[in-house]
Amino acid sequence: MQIYFEKRKSLSRRASLLVPFISFLVALLLGAILLLLTGVNPIVTYQAMVRGAFGSTYAFSETLVVAIPLMLTSLGVAIAFRMRFWNIGAEGQLVFGGIAGAGVALHFADFIPGSLVLPTVLLAGMVAGAIWAGIPAALKAYLGVDETLTTLMLNYVAILFASYLYYGAWRDPMGMGFPGTARIVEDAWLPRIFGRAHYGLIFAVIAGIILWFIFNRTRWGFELKIIGENKTAAKYLGIKIASNIVLALLLSGALSGLAGAAQVAGIFRRLQTGLAAGYGYTAIIIAWLAQLNPIAILFVSVLMGALFVGGDQVQMMMGLPSAVGFVLQGLILFPMLAGMLFTEYRLRIIRPEKSQSVESEAAS
Amino acid sequence: MIPLITSIFAVTLRAGTSLVYATVGEIYTENSGILNLGVEGMMMMSAVTGFATAFYTESVWLGFLVGMLVGGLLGALHAFLSVTMRANQVVSGLSITLFGTGLASFLGQRIGPAANNFNLAGLTGPRLTAQPIAGLVNIPILGAMFSQDFLTYAAYIFVPLAWYYLYKTRNGLNLRAVGENPITSVAMGIDVVKTRYIYTIVGGMLVGLGGAHLSLSYTPGWTENLTGGRGWIVIALVIFAMWNPARAVLGAILFGGINAIQFRLQAIGTTIPSSFLNMLPYLMTVIILVLMTIWESFKKRVGAPAALAVPYMREDK
Repeated sequence: MQIYFEKRKSLSRRASLLVPFISFLVALLLGAILLLLTGVNPIVTYQAMVRGAFGSTYAFSETLVVAIPLMLTSLGVAIAFRMRFWNIGAEGQLVFGGIAGAGVALHFADFIPGSLVLPTVLLAGMVAGAIWAGIPAALKAYLGVDETLTTLMLNYVAILFASYLYYGAWRDPMGMGFPGTARIVEDAWLPRIFGRAHYGLIFAVIAGIILWFIFNRTRWGFELKIIGENKTAAKYLGIKIASNIVLALLLSGALSGLAGAAQVAGIFRRLQTGLAAGYGYTAIIIAWLAQLNPIAILFVSVLMGALFVGGDQVQMMMGLPSAVGFVLQGLILFPMLAGMLFTEYRLRIIRPEKSQSVESEAAS
Repeated sequence: MIPLITSIFAVTLRAGTSLVYATVGEIYTENSGILNLGVEGMMMMSAVTGFATAFYTESVWLGFLVGMLVGGLLGALHAFLSVTMRANQVVSGLSITLFGTGLASFLGQRIGPAANNFNLAGLTGPRLTAQPIAGLVNIPILGAMFSQDFLTYAAYIFVPLAWYYLYKTRNGLNLRAVGENPITSVAMGIDVVKTRYIYTIVGGMLVGLGGAHLSLSYTPGWTENLTGGRGWIVIALVIFAMWNPARAVLGAILFGGINAIQFRLQAIGTTIPSSFLNMLPYLMTVIILVLMTIWESFKKRVGAPAALAVPYMREDK
């Protein structure tokens, strides 16, 4: 008997829908085994996580609070991944956006008319995020410098810079030792819809719809895809690769920067420790799980947000490390990666003629 | 001045040891054509499991052994995903890093003794201590080479051997052939799949050794986020070393040196905020990458194995 993979003529739609779903179940199963091994009851843990994330209006609003930055950063990451540009710097782009938003709100609010303060704060966040993604993009596009490493290294730089600001230069002198800046003016607050869930949700949904349109209905979306799939073909089609990389990454970074500014203006209302919560890394998982489909990203973000909030909940209720949420997030990727093979290939089993007849004889 | 340089050099070698092992490991993996971006997660997992093992068994060597096994296991996972399941290697490696950092953080707060609230952080376990070689330690500057722990001494021998194996033996030639051109190496009678599995696992074990060295000698002990991006610096060092184990030493000394100078400056209390000092290794990595890329394009030579990160598909020929 021989088993081998045969390439499908076209991607299997059924497989690409089934694989993420099954992967999630497999991750829950693997997670359960892991929890058992460390002496924890997995069913109780999962129940507590679900209740913590969806059990009440408050719980659901907290899940959305996490889902908002996840949506924005994942959409940003998806733009880059579509071109096979491995932007793993969403975390730093988010933090840099938060720094710029807080900077405007803290130091320039007095010079801006009241109603324009919030838009300026959000815009500053987007510009800062775009710059933070634009640097590695330009290095890649014009010099060919590997982007996985540069985007990642800039995460550390942004996070350390933020900590320098809230521990040092911008620290609130009245803060009694709390690592954070003073509270930003009320004009810079991003209004909340319910609970702490703020209008960033609307931005994220609009961004998702626009991106879906760009990806599926515009020439530019098509160009990005070609650049990702076949650089040589892109060149022959007259697509400007370098400027497209930079442009797409400016947009990618702007979305993450907006996420950061929205965290500052909508949640913390100051620059403080906790801005870098790992959303930029989870965004990579979400983008991949949603197979870079912007609409799917919005829903997967809520699911992943639930893992964050549920993880915090088991920490409070059961004294388990909240990292259990991160473990489950990571676990989803493995069955997903292994399963993706079946969207492109199908399994063929060939039995030699002779053994087949022997088998059928034995059966009869 | 001389004692100061000697002591900075000693710290440099201490900090560079984990980098050397991990970088050589990743060099072997990448030479077989497999890009493993999971180094950060693997080092983290090896550091936490290695420390926990040493803590409970009171044997530092069992700790290193378990660290290497865990690194090898995660390497095998990467090989399975990227060789057998032909997953995108960038995404597979990233997954291992995300999973490894998450799981290490979970284990660090869960498998400690009940007396410490199940935490591993803050515990003191057995560690690999420095064994100065009498006489040689007193040589100015170079004496720093002889005030180290066993694994640093072992690295002095390991690196030349790793270089010799890769460039001067039949196995090394086969390994590089697989990374340069898998189709031709099949014609040479080499099993591409087997070779890639072996060196991804061996590379993972060396990365694991490096990770365990952090928690069992360098730091020592377990703290949240112990590796602090060292795994990513390792991937940059592979490029810096141009995939040559001998040159990995230079990179490790460079980054170990940055660490050492950072500590020295912090110790004497400079006016530079510590946040900026801590940025140094990351900024340095970006600068080195840019310089290496420009230098390569200027010299018109690329050090990377030609088939790096390209999945090998027998059926697609």
